[in-house]
Amino acid sequence: MTSRPMTRRTAVLGITAAAATLARPSILRAQSTGRVVVVGGGFGGAACARALKRAQGDLQVILIEPNAVITSCPFSNEVIAGLRDIEAQQFGHDRLAADGITVIGQAVTTIEPQQRSVLTADGVALPYDRLVLSPGIDFHFEALPGYDEAASEKMPHAWKAGAQTLLLRRQLEAMDDGGTVAIAVPANPSRCPPAPYERASLIAHYLKTKKPRSKVLVLDAKDNFSQQRLFEKAWKELYGDMIERIGLSQGGRVTSVDPSTRTIITEFGNYTPDVANVIPPQRAGRIAEITGAADSTGWCPIDPTTFESKLVKNIHVIGDACLGGGIPKSASAASAQGKACAAAIVAMFAGRAPDTPRLTGVCYNTVAPGYGFSLAGNYQPRGDIFAEIEGGATSPLDAPRELRAREADEAERWFQTITADTFG
Amino acid sequence: MAALINVPAKAKRGDIIEIRTLTSHIMETGFRHTVEGALVPRDIITSFTCRYNGTEIFRADLFPAIAANPYLSFFTIAKESGKFEFEWTGDNGYSTTASASITVE
Repeated sequence: MTSRPMTRRTAVLGITAAAATLARPSILRAQSTGRVVVVGGGFGGAACARALKRAQGDLQVILIEPNAVITSCPFSNEVIAGLRDIEAQQFGHDRLAADGITVIGQAVTTIEPQQRSVLTADGVALPYDRLVLSPGIDFHFEALPGYDEAASEKMPHAWKAGAQTLLLRRQLEAMDDGGTVAIAVPANPSRCPPAPYERASLIAHYLKTKKPRSKVLVLDAKDNFSQQRLFEKAWKELYGDMIERIGLSQGGRVTSVDPSTRTIITEFGNYTPDVANVIPPQRAGRIAEITGAADSTGWCPIDPTTFESKLVKNIHVIGDACLGGGIPKSASAASAQGKACAAAIVAMFAGRAPDTPRLTGVCYNTVAPGYGFSLAGNYQPRGDIFAEIEGGATSPLDAPRELRAREADEAERWFQTITADTFG
Repeated sequence: MAALINVPAKAKRGDIIEIRTLTSHIMETGFRHTVEGALVPRDIITSFTCRYNGTEIFRADLFPAIAANPYLSFFTIAKESGKFEFEWTGDNGYSTTASASITVE
């Protein structure tokens, strides 16, 4: 599960070898050398790198990702609830390297849009013709006083999967029966809008099974949320009144936290739960900001046809980091965007006008083992953003348990498919 | 739930304190139509007042453009221990009140 170690020398050799192939004369290549650097090896970046290489084999594709192992956020709520091992969430980039993609295991320190160059932490400069940023999210700590990296060790966010996922799981396991687990939910836009509610469901499942006198308290900066009626029906059906949710207009918005006393402060009250899962407000990954691709919202405005940044030329932004409008920030959307962005880049290199992308995003929620539902949406560019178009579908509100069971199976198959497609 | 109030329980004399209020209300604008084409009548809160030991210290007029569940936050100076009283009034005889105490040292 680990990537092959990449030294500075092998990276440079890889580039030299690829540059030699590009030296072959060709009319198309005469106008563009075709070197694409992708920053970020998650669902968006990995899908984009692969799609670029598949669409045009002689394209030089470099993927920069500091983590040898990617831990998938989809299905990580099941890890928190003890239903799944974290190893089932972890993927490397070996197969991408085998596809001919140069994988560099470094962090990016700077991007110089004028020189079209990416600098990595080990001091290597990588030139590009087109750069794709797929940095995911970072936390907007200034927007939640009291919360920071250190606080997340006491009040885990578990919103980037990995050590945090396991920390929250251990805190649940250590909690006495009769305790309260609070989940602080930020306003939109944020990564995977229905995921806090899936998490509340699966934590309730764990508590119902192991610690039945306990409670889940959702403190929410929103009044309404994705697939709300499906969730609320399932909560009633499966967990009775175990899950309590305080929405925005009931004063549920969290304004600050005090990690020393594990206190969550909302606009109208203080809570001291036994386990505090604080999901802070978010913004585009830091590299997007230091490159100048993020605007005052903290996210990256793009041309939705090509995913090219509105702020920095020759840089494309995909996945959670971009301002996608109606398209949710999900692995499924990031993957679709990565592929559409790859197609646009290939078209631009060839001097063709890129096709208008039509993206499909799908989102499965599992609220208990064998109980799932889903939302599928289609999206097309409208103005500066993506707008949802017809053809989407949400699971019916009234459905027999067999359908919920089937959707839970489909969720698992969706995960197998997207991870195989991206990393396998 | 009628209204939520957040007033600090204690303050030092002369402190600037924040008061937050939130009340549940649909704030129907009066500009919307049903699918049959009938106008949905206006139903909004039109006025909010806050009194501190009987003296009005803050008043706001509310209009159709204000979203549902109006949230108002404002500041005052803690002068003496006592009571804050809040009142919302609006269309169709709407009226709701709430209060909160403060100890000023």
